[in-house]
Amino acid sequence: MARITAGVGSSHVPLLGVAHDQKKDRDAYFGPIFTGFDWTRAWEKAAKPDVVILVYNDHASAFDMKFIPTFAIGCGERYQPADEGWGPRQVPQVIGHPDLAWHIAQSLILEEFDMTIINEMDVDHGLTVPLSMMFGDVAEWPVRVVPLAVNVVTYPPPSGNRCWALGEAIARAVASFPEDLNVQIWGTGGMSHQLQGPRAGLINQEWDNRFLNGLVGGSDHLRHIPHIEYLRETGSEGIEMVMWLIMRGALGPSTRLLHRHYHVPCSNTAIGHIVLEPNP
Amino acid sequence: MTAPKDIHAYLAEFEDIPGTRVFTAARARQGYYLNQFAMSLMKPENRERWKADEAAYLAGWPLSEDQKQAVLARDYNRLLNLGGNIYFLSKIFSTDGLSFVQAVSTMTGASVEEYQAMMNAGGRSPEGVRSKGEGR
Repeated sequence: MARITAGVGSSHVPLLGVAHDQKKDRDAYFGPIFTGFDWTRAWEKAAKPDVVILVYNDHASAFDMKFIPTFAIGCGERYQPADEGWGPRQVPQVIGHPDLAWHIAQSLILEEFDMTIINEMDVDHGLTVPLSMMFGDVAEWPVRVVPLAVNVVTYPPPSGNRCWALGEAIARAVASFPEDLNVQIWGTGGMSHQLQGPRAGLINQEWDNRFLNGLVGGSDHLRHIPHIEYLRETGSEGIEMVMWLIMRGALGPSTRLLHRHYHVPCSNTAIGHIVLEPNP
Repeated sequence: MTAPKDIHAYLAEFEDIPGTRVFTAARARQGYYLNQFAMSLMKPENRERWKADEAAYLAGWPLSEDQKQAVLARDYNRLLNLGGNIYFLSKIFSTDGLSFVQAVSTMTGASVEEYQAMMNAGGRSPEGVRSKGEGR
């Protein structure tokens, strides 16, 4: 049977893709960011996941304003890196797992989550930057990926509670997949940042660290944080942290901390990164 | 439940955050073509046409005169007020060859250098910019 063995939370800042691709990842500015992922890269090599369910948001690449799915799941065979305006990143294409993805999609719909099914799309930095951070410079990604896109741009985004419940339903879907697969779930985006208006540049280190600490052990309180609190305390784009709650919800009632890293600044944001295991 | 039952109360709170335009349905409607115009710059052939003659390219889109002027002036705060969303507007400043830090800083009243220095020192504190009404 398939099983979710670990969860990873991570920011997905586009500048990190640039730093990685231009090999600036160990300079004075980027060094403190990338060294925080050294532990995780070694751990991923040993953990050898077969599939990653990668929760992220599209940044006006695959979706424009014509269609705005709240939750969408990629059921395709493969996905190419998107051209976000500077040409596509020169990173490997992303190989999907259509059997598992369709299984999850069907299970979620029967659990009353109205999923949008995607068969073709390009994937932007929201998905490819976390892959680079966890696996480094590789000829092909060592895992198959099930993309799970969440609307956190046009209001209202889903509530933290709904995201958590979706994570729980994903865990049940994975557990009912008959093939023996080692599956990880990653929640990406955040932490505190605001990219717009006179308040741009907002960083709330205290709040971010409370959120990171809250992901360890029992985390039930995190699902009740309202949108307005993310907006006031962590900036307009800090709302992306609701996507971490899909990951956290999938890990069950309690977690164990394997690795944690936090650094300011990274472009306009704080970078947060955490690796968790479900507590038996 | 984390979502309020009353959509009016939910939306009203967003207007209380200083220096912030939350991308609500009202803004999404007002800015629909503005954001779709920005999105069109994802295609290299469109970027070439745009760079060759910005005003002529804009003429092909049903934007308001205000929106067109704000695009040509790269006045991002005004564009946010007119329904723009930063992820879509980023296609404009990317086409201009600007980074997020360079473009985002133009909305804050600080120079790029001052903004970068603020970020390097830990970013903008939330103290005093959480709520207009409560002044905190």
